[in-house]
Amino acid sequence: MKLTLRVWRQRRPEDKGAMVEYELDDISPDASFLEMLDVLNEKLIASGEDPVAFDHDCREGICGMCSLVINGTPHGPERATTTCQLHMRKFKDREVIDVEPWRAAAFPVVKDLVVDRSAFDRIIQAGGYITAPTGTAPEAHATPVPKPDADQAFEAAECIGCGACVAACPNGSAALFLGAKVTHLGLMPQGQPERWDRVVSMLDTHDAEGFGGCTNTGECTAACPKGIPLDVIGRLNHDYLKATAGGRKR
Amino acid sequence: MYDDFHDSGAPIADAKAPAGPIEDRWTTRKFDAKQVNPANKRKKKIIIIGTGLAGGAAGATLGEAGYHVVQFCFQDSPRRAHSIAAQGGINAAKNYRNDGDSVYRLFYETVKGGDFRSRESNVYRLADISRNIIDQCVAQGVPFAREYGGLLDNRSFGGTQVSRTFYARGQTGQQLLLGAYQALMRQVEAGNVELHPRHEMLDLIMEDGRARGVVVRNLINGEIEHHTADAVVLASGGYGNVYFLSTNAMGSNVTASWRAHRHGALFANPCYTQIHPTCIPVSGDHQSKLTLMSESLRNDGRVWVPKKGGDTRKPADIPEDERDYYLERIYPSFGNLVPRDIASRAAKNVCDEGRGVGPGGLGVYLDFADAIDRLGRDKVEAKYGNLFEMYERITGENPYDTPMRIYPAVHYTMGGLWVDYDLESTIPGLFVIGEANFSDHGANRLGASALMQGLADGYFVLPNTIGDYIARNALGPVAESAVAEAEERVRTRIEKLLSIDGDRSVDSFHRELGHIMWEYCGMERTEEGLRKALSLIPELRKEFWTRVKVTGKGEELNQQLEKAGRVADFFELAELMVIDALHRTESCGGHFRAESQDDDGEAKRDDDGFSYVAAWEWAGEDGRPVLHKEALEFEYVKPTQRSYK
Repeated sequence: MKLTLRVWRQRRPEDKGAMVEYELDDISPDASFLEMLDVLNEKLIASGEDPVAFDHDCREGICGMCSLVINGTPHGPERATTTCQLHMRKFKDREVIDVEPWRAAAFPVVKDLVVDRSAFDRIIQAGGYITAPTGTAPEAHATPVPKPDADQAFEAAECIGCGACVAACPNGSAALFLGAKVTHLGLMPQGQPERWDRVVSMLDTHDAEGFGGCTNTGECTAACPKGIPLDVIGRLNHDYLKATAGGRKR
Repeated sequence: MYDDFHDSGAPIADAKAPAGPIEDRWTTRKFDAKQVNPANKRKKKIIIIGTGLAGGAAGATLGEAGYHVVQFCFQDSPRRAHSIAAQGGINAAKNYRNDGDSVYRLFYETVKGGDFRSRESNVYRLADISRNIIDQCVAQGVPFAREYGGLLDNRSFGGTQVSRTFYARGQTGQQLLLGAYQALMRQVEAGNVELHPRHEMLDLIMEDGRARGVVVRNLINGEIEHHTADAVVLASGGYGNVYFLSTNAMGSNVTASWRAHRHGALFANPCYTQIHPTCIPVSGDHQSKLTLMSESLRNDGRVWVPKKGGDTRKPADIPEDERDYYLERIYPSFGNLVPRDIASRAAKNVCDEGRGVGPGGLGVYLDFADAIDRLGRDKVEAKYGNLFEMYERITGENPYDTPMRIYPAVHYTMGGLWVDYDLESTIPGLFVIGEANFSDHGANRLGASALMQGLADGYFVLPNTIGDYIARNALGPVAESAVAEAEERVRTRIEKLLSIDGDRSVDSFHRELGHIMWEYCGMERTEEGLRKALSLIPELRKEFWTRVKVTGKGEELNQQLEKAGRVADFFELAELMVIDALHRTESCGGHFRAESQDDDGEAKRDDDGFSYVAAWEWAGEDGRPVLHKEALEFEYVKPTQRSYK
């Protein structure tokens, strides 16, 4: 395949950055999108240019490290697919492809296509856990969990923390990411004692980190490579209201 | 006769494993361990490299215990460590199925599965702790698969005949890692763990022969930083990426372990490599990594190839009596569930006979047609839906309609830094946990045991043993000269890599090295091939140090520089792997020497000659590595030739 790439290049966080055009030919349709970028980088290195910096690690769609807004869509055109699992057979020969980093106030660009997503870690740190010091756990079968709850919790827990939801949201909100964790832990019996404090603390941190508010556009779930359902935001709002209404603590 | 590549050193022994009945040893060790006064723990600093299952669990537990933990990972978040990609499950001897499982059975099968090349004491402890791991993870809210009654579900997994594998669809590693990550982040919030993502360890700070800290590079701005501590823990994973193509993450590397090895930590059994039988075959030269399809697929999928070679018909057009379900034929009692090494080699054999399928003839079918008939498509989808989707995304083929094509790929490395029962390396104060050490799997790891070992080491073993070291060694501040020397080594090396300014990319070297390793030190090894590799690798290494082109500068985000440092270490490791493979003239587990097989082509061990751990000492870039042997004793599980027929 022949391709024209327009890639965001930005050397340092404080630089302005610009789209730069590259021509590629002889790309295999069986190559993944990131393998296509590998080919580009080999070409750049051969001509003494600085290769394009991009985040990636497992290349099997689970670590959440790869990102990229491809032709305006986070993780590209294929639904429920991370960039690393997107293959070139999904593009047309001679297509012009725009490649940009996540764009969000809370995810500043570090270099080229690499952004800083540490705000997600700080949201988890604020309460996205169940307190269970090592060694204190009761026998695993002591608390049965209804299968529908366990299944629904699993579905929410599939979130890979990539940030596509934020990149897709016109408000730069991380409500889907937040809702996924609140839903996962809030559905498990082990997560009940901290349920109300958790949602308040995580949401406060979310806002403080510069993520925007949710206005239910649903772009997040459409962009989510794991198909996290929009319902998790409903649960987030429900839990938050319940936690803060009626004189509960805080 | 192989002495031309190595020297022999004094034997070593695991001095920390207590004697006595095997079921009491861990209790005895914990009781004998000296304790650190709880009030003093926060004054004691522990550095941890890596945030996977082992590192994440250790950081969370040691932080909770009150130590001052300083932890690093090269990824942008601790949640991305490659443990996250483990699919199938985690073993535990809970016997929830009432199918005759027990700690002893798990212990027995792990020793046997490891082809009698692991330590009984370690393996017993692992099997024993397995039960606590499940309790711990459930308490953290890990959403394991459950049955309609609300209790935990189990499945059977490669190489066992009981159902003891706990799972969370095909994403068990992800869910366990997120559990450990969340527990770790709780300690970050509590101020007990200081976390440094996007930092890579490039050297160890040594003082008086002890590990006292690390030099790291901040991957965002390229700054070289140092951190000192009372003890250092490596939880930096395995080295499968030496093959370039593997199921490891792109960033997985041996650098932390290798830097420690160069300071005197012995490297054990480097040649033991697990080649996973069920991966998606290579599609072309652009390939950057291989993707594993969980071996749980072998529970319901049937492996076959056409009976006659060169059969290019579509799989659906090949009638039943012209198919060879070769695993079921050769191994009637285990069938498609034989251990990984056996399944991998069988696939290679049928492909070598010219009966392979797909591009290049390097693939075999994994067929779900019978399972779909028997269980219905919905049940198959519930079990394997995400794996089927992943397969379709990568290959463009729908496995509900046409059989998957699979081929073996490098997946896990059983070798690693040598550790004693306390998980301490031969460098005092340097502990090694998870895949980075060599401890529990012998020559071959059973399915669903990597997660078990990572979490056992991190949650339960290390936190009980590292305190003993800290309590017994009151260490003062580290001398500035020791720190300066380590930093100087790192700076010099980075400058050297940047100054070569040659004409070949880092990846082109890595690919070539990987090709040599796969060809001559892969699924089947011969003396001739290994000797050939020993002439090719040093040549290529020399070329690397004169021709590599690393673009950019040191003082910025520079992914080429990161890769170059890792590949440089892979070169040195590769040579040691080959020397280890050459010296071990027997076949065992993940190490198959073509010269050592029985009449049926099965691996033939040589217990008289090789019932030992080969622990290698670094002897300088041009020196010959020194072999130290740790004899293996089997009091409980008497070595027999493995048979899965």
